[in-house]
Amino acid sequence: MSHEKRTLEFYVLAAFFTLFVLFLYGPLSAILILSFQGETGGLTFPLNGVSLHWFANLFERQAVGDFGGSFKRSLVLGLMVMIVTVVVSLLAGLAFRQKFRGATALFYLAVASLVVPSIIISLGIGVVFQQVGFRPAWYTSAFGAHLTWTLPFGVLIMFAVFNRFSPAYEEAARDLGATSWQTFAHVVLPMIAPSLIGVGLFGFTLSYDEFARTLMTSGTFNTLPLEIYGMTTNVTTPVLYALGTVTTVFSFLVILATLGAILYVGRRRART
Amino acid sequence: MTVALERPAIAAAAPSKRGRLSLSAVTPYLQSAPLALILGAFLLLPIIMIVVVSFWDYDFAAMYPDFLTTNYSDVLGSWVTWKTYLNTIKFAAIVWALTLFIGFWVAYFLAFHIRTTAMQMVLFLVCTVPFLTSNIIRMISWIPVLGRNGLINSTLVHMGLVPKPIEWLLYSEFAVVLAMVHLYTLFMVTPIFNTLMRIDRSLFEAARDAGASGWQVLWNVVIPLAKPGMAIGTIFVVTLVMADFSTVQVMSGGQSASVALMMKNQMSLLQYPAAAANAVVLLVLVLLMVAGILRIVDIRREL
Repeated sequence: MSHEKRTLEFYVLAAFFTLFVLFLYGPLSAILILSFQGETGGLTFPLNGVSLHWFANLFERQAVGDFGGSFKRSLVLGLMVMIVTVVVSLLAGLAFRQKFRGATALFYLAVASLVVPSIIISLGIGVVFQQVGFRPAWYTSAFGAHLTWTLPFGVLIMFAVFNRFSPAYEEAARDLGATSWQTFAHVVLPMIAPSLIGVGLFGFTLSYDEFARTLMTSGTFNTLPLEIYGMTTNVTTPVLYALGTVTTVFSFLVILATLGAILYVGRRRART
Repeated sequence: MTVALERPAIAAAAPSKRGRLSLSAVTPYLQSAPLALILGAFLLLPIIMIVVVSFWDYDFAAMYPDFLTTNYSDVLGSWVTWKTYLNTIKFAAIVWALTLFIGFWVAYFLAFHIRTTAMQMVLFLVCTVPFLTSNIIRMISWIPVLGRNGLINSTLVHMGLVPKPIEWLLYSEFAVVLAMVHLYTLFMVTPIFNTLMRIDRSLFEAARDAGASGWQVLWNVVIPLAKPGMAIGTIFVVTLVMADFSTVQVMSGGQSASVALMMKNQMSLLQYPAAAANAVVLLVLVLLMVAGILRIVDIRREL
C-alpha cells in the first residue's frame, strides 16, 4: 500500500485527519489568544486591545486563589509520583519476566486500577483515612491516589517493553563474565532507558493534571487542577485563560524536554 | 497482599537448595512487592472500605457502623437515580461510537497512508500532545468557541445564517458529548494504531490477488485484525465516560447529570454511605462492561 500513487482515499482521509487536528488545537489556541485580552475585555472574542494584564492578575492573591502555592504543590507531587512510578513499574516489569505465584492476580489488579472510576478511589481513600484517623494531605492520600492511576500505565508499558526484549543480550553479557548487576546496569538499563523516560513523562503529566482522584484526598491545600476547577464556577474574567495558557505552556515544555531527553539517549546509544 | 502470604511457602518448598538459588526464586516476589503493596493500600483497601461503609447508617454529621440495606434500596428504588444511570450509559454509548469512528480512521490514515516512520511518529505526537495537558483547561477552552457570543455563534450571526445565537451549543448535552470526544479520542487512536501497525502488509496483496475490492479488504481483513485495539480503546473510553463528573458539570452548566456527579454531590453533603452504595453499583456496572469486552480480547497477548 505504501508505494502506490496517492488515491482518492488518501485525500479524503488526509482532510479528515486535518480536521481532527484542528478540532484538537483550535479551542486551545482560542484561549491562548484570549489570555492576552485587554483590561476591559471579556471571556469571548473580540479582543479589546492586547495586554499582559491578566497574567499580572494571576499573581495577585485576591484575584485567583493561591496560584503559586497550588502550582508548587502540584509540581512536587508530580515529581514524587514520577519517581515512584518509574522505579515501581521497572521492578514490576522485571518481576513479570519470570513466572511467580500471584502474577496473574497482580496483573489484573493493575488493570483494575485503570478501570475503577477515579471518584470511587477518591471516596475510598478519603473514607479509609477518616476511619484510621489520618488527616488527608496532598503528599500522603493524594499521592497514593495518583499512583493508582499512573502505575498501571507504567506497568503496562514495561510489560510491553519486556515482551519484545530479547534475552540474548543478557546471555551474551553473562557469557562474557558480567555479574547480574552489571548485566542489568550496563546492558538492560541503557536499552530500556527511552521507555523509562516515557513512563516518567506519563507519571508526571498524569499526576500534574489529575483532579478527580485528588478531590477527596488533597486535605486542606489544593493542587493546581483543583484550584482551576474551583475557578470555573466563580471566576468570570480572562484570568482563567491566563492560568490555562501558563499551565499549558508548562506542559508543553515538559513534553519537549522529555522528547529531547529520549532523542539524546537514543543518539548516545547509537554512537557507542 | 498475595506476596506476603506466598513467600514462606516458597522458602519451605526449596529448603535443600543453595542460598543463591532460593534468592533468585524470591527475586520476583521482592520486585513485585512495591506494586502489590501500593495497589493493596490505595486500591483494594479503599474498595473494601467502600463496600463496608455502603451498609452503614449516617446522619448530617457522621456515619455509624451498622448493617443496613437502606442505602441500596435508596439507590435502586429512586426513579431519579435510574434516570441518572441511564443518562450516563447514554453518554458512554454516544461517545464510544464517535471516538471509535474518529479513532479508527485517524489510526488507519497514520498506519497505512503515511509513508515514512519519522512522519508517522511526528503526526502521532501531534495527536498526543494535547492529551498530556490539563483536562479542565481543554474543557474551558470550548467556552470562547461555543458560547453565546462565541466564535461559532458570532460567525453564524455575522454571515446571516441564523437570526440569533444558537443556545444549545454550550451548557447542553451536545457540549458534554463534544468535550468528551475532544478529551478521550486519543485513548481510541493509540491502541488501534498499535494493532494496525502490526498487520502483515502481504495480507493485503493476498486479498487483492484473490480479487477482493478495497472495501472487502477493509471489512474482511483490516477490521477483524484491528478488533483487539478497538476493544482496548473501548475499555478506556467507556470507563472514563462512566466515571466522569467534571465534563458533565462544566459543559452542561448543571443541566445534566451523571452517576459520578451524583456521588460527588452526596459526598459534599457528607452522605458517604449513600455515595458508597452508588459507588458499589457503578463499580459492578463498569466491571461487568469490562469483563464483557475482555471476553473478546486477551489484553496480555496484545501488549
